[in-house]
Amino acid sequence: MLKTFKIGGIHPEENKLSAGSALKQFQLPADIKEVKIPVAQHIGAPAQPVVAVGDDVKVGQVIAQAGGFVSANIHSPFSGKVKKIEATTGDDGKPAMMITIAIEGDEWVETIDRSTGIKREITLSAEEIVKKIGEMGIVGMGGARFPAQVKLAVKPGQAQALIINGVECEPYLTADHRLMLEKSEEVLIGIKILMKAIGVTEAYIGIENNKKDAIELLTKLSAGYPGIKVQPLKMKYPQGGEKQLIDACIGRQVASGALPISVGAVVQNVGTAFAVYEAVQKNKPLIERVVCVTGKPLQNPSNFWARIGTPVKALIEAAGGMPEDCAKVIGGGPMMGRAFATLDVPIHKGSSGILLMNNQESKRGEIANCIRCAKCVSVCPMGLEPFLLSKVSAKQLWDMAEENHIADCIECGSCSFTCPSNRPLLDYIRRGKSTVMGIMRARAAAAKAAAEAAEAKKN
Amino acid sequence: MNNLTIAPSPHVHSSDSVKRNMYLVVAALLPALIASVYYFGLGALSVVVTSIVSCVLIEFLIQKFVLKVPTTITDGSAAVTGLILSFNLPAGLPLWIVVVGALVAIGIGKMTFGGLGQNIANPAILGRVFLLVSFPAQMTTWPVPQGADGATGATPLGLLKEGGVGALANIPTSDLLFGNIGGSLGEISALLLIIGGIILLVTRVITWHIPVSILATVAIFAGLMWGVDPTQYADPLFHILTGGMLLGAIFMATDYVTSPMSHSGMIVYGVGIGLITMLIRTFGAYPEGMSFAILIMNIVTPLINTYCKPKRFGEVVKK
Repeated sequence: MLKTFKIGGIHPEENKLSAGSALKQFQLPADIKEVKIPVAQHIGAPAQPVVAVGDDVKVGQVIAQAGGFVSANIHSPFSGKVKKIEATTGDDGKPAMMITIAIEGDEWVETIDRSTGIKREITLSAEEIVKKIGEMGIVGMGGARFPAQVKLAVKPGQAQALIINGVECEPYLTADHRLMLEKSEEVLIGIKILMKAIGVTEAYIGIENNKKDAIELLTKLSAGYPGIKVQPLKMKYPQGGEKQLIDACIGRQVASGALPISVGAVVQNVGTAFAVYEAVQKNKPLIERVVCVTGKPLQNPSNFWARIGTPVKALIEAAGGMPEDCAKVIGGGPMMGRAFATLDVPIHKGSSGILLMNNQESKRGEIANCIRCAKCVSVCPMGLEPFLLSKVSAKQLWDMAEENHIADCIECGSCSFTCPSNRPLLDYIRRGKSTVMGIMRARAAAAKAAAEAAEAKKN
Repeated sequence: MNNLTIAPSPHVHSSDSVKRNMYLVVAALLPALIASVYYFGLGALSVVVTSIVSCVLIEFLIQKFVLKVPTTITDGSAAVTGLILSFNLPAGLPLWIVVVGALVAIGIGKMTFGGLGQNIANPAILGRVFLLVSFPAQMTTWPVPQGADGATGATPLGLLKEGGVGALANIPTSDLLFGNIGGSLGEISALLLIIGGIILLVTRVITWHIPVSILATVAIFAGLMWGVDPTQYADPLFHILTGGMLLGAIFMATDYVTSPMSHSGMIVYGVGIGLITMLIRTFGAYPEGMSFAILIMNIVTPLINTYCKPKRFGEVVKK
């Protein structure tokens, strides 16, 4: 039976143009002599560079070390010489710290097992697995890029189920779909490793029903993996949202402000499961990933295996080149992706897709008055009132925004997508949410400081 | 080199629009309009055309010359107001009265509040109620369906108010369904209004919450009274099929601007409309009460919005 989450949701056009395109190894063209590797490729503290200008680096060598508890190691995806370590323009147009490597050859770190055979036997203990995943710089590969080892560091008995996100509910994107079809065994072994790491006997792979081939194949193969169950899901965006996916798969709702572990769940993406397989079984750090290059104006929508640091421009070239009428390029899917300010930027650990849009597609409709149709309320997967949150954010009424739970917003964009008046609801809400969360953090810090001061006085 | 557009997500849109919703409402009202013209002829058509043209024109003139803002008449909302206003008027109503109704509906009901999306009460109903209390004689002169020129009769609810349940003996339910009865020109054919309602539900212009909660409340209220004394009170089906109940529940109470924003709020609002309508019909001086009930609940809507919030994800139920 098909399951889904209970509140809200929308049905955008799928446009999975590249679903039939098999994974291709991307070869960096010879005219590209250097690549830039960002040190902040994850949520949390940026990694700290541990190489100096002039150093020789090999593929898989640590070039920046995790800069805190919530952070991740960065490994060099190419071999060569460190040329620069400086801030240059990032994909949002703002400066970002990057390590530039002048490419020389393709020399790998010896500890990486580059054999093609599948390694099934899991020899590491739970603790060793979590440590290894941390060392190998694995982050959530669905796009959120949360360091994987942090989510896996659960107390014994705390986790009851592992939920694997194979939903890929964003229109256009097919990276996870192809991975599930072509690296099914590896993904399943990755899931087994993750189950061992958090000490659970149950895992659910949530897959939307538009990927029937993946559901069929993984259902068949999972027979050999006790405890792993494929859960077909009804198509509905944003099913890949962490809270929505838990609700859909095991029918539990994570409370406002709480983490998935509060209902006994740990969620990881299928791409992450594959990266975990490679890290634990092959000792291979996260240096490459599947990137779906797609869009209506593009000649050959494709799915590439590409090294981190590959310039976005080069990937577009490989998929048929930049079409003349392309007016917008998005990193990620059309619902939550971010428009590139420049294409002279590298892909990172969370780059699931590069989406091209033509001139007409990239224009927003004309804004009309809110007609209070309540469609935004109906579609909000968090049960919020987007029309109200957007209004109070525009008027900077932060108290009202907080009272109406603006911090619960997952920024899925269902409200803006649906609005018949083309109102930029999420634009306002996003601003309101970041302001309100800043206020909440400041208040918590002030309260903590006051409590400490009172404590100090007492002593 | 392409110039890249930068905008925050989402980068796609449903292509839903104000226009789409408004013109679907017009389309959904067309079947009922056919019944009106069939039974009342040109007397119905002239009122409908006058009402729509006046509403659109008045909005245009106010935006252009009074407010001096870009005109929005093509969004279809003024046309919908005009169409719904005319559906609430008797066929053959003097056309100047129709224009007065349009002036109140658009001029006072909508534009004084700032236009589309800002008004508190449903403009069409405001126009209709203004006419009802200002021109009671003309507004209750009901032409007989397919009758000779000048022949007038009573509405089924009028008969009920005057003569009790016994007076309804000659009205078969099929007449209520197909529209062979006296009444406001757009309210007569229950069947065609229901077809319109299905169109709106299927195209997701409206949700079921408001119409169903109104009709269920009316059915329960009428059912209880009828159960107590069927010789004095009409049956639930009669109440649902007459007096603009379906027109109101499907097309007027569901007006986006003046109805609540959450599903729970919509149900409270619908129950309120059903109750007030039945109280007026059963105990009040007027034979029908749909317009007054919607108007009252329009005014209560901001209060409903304050207390009836949507169910949040993962909301912890307070113990």
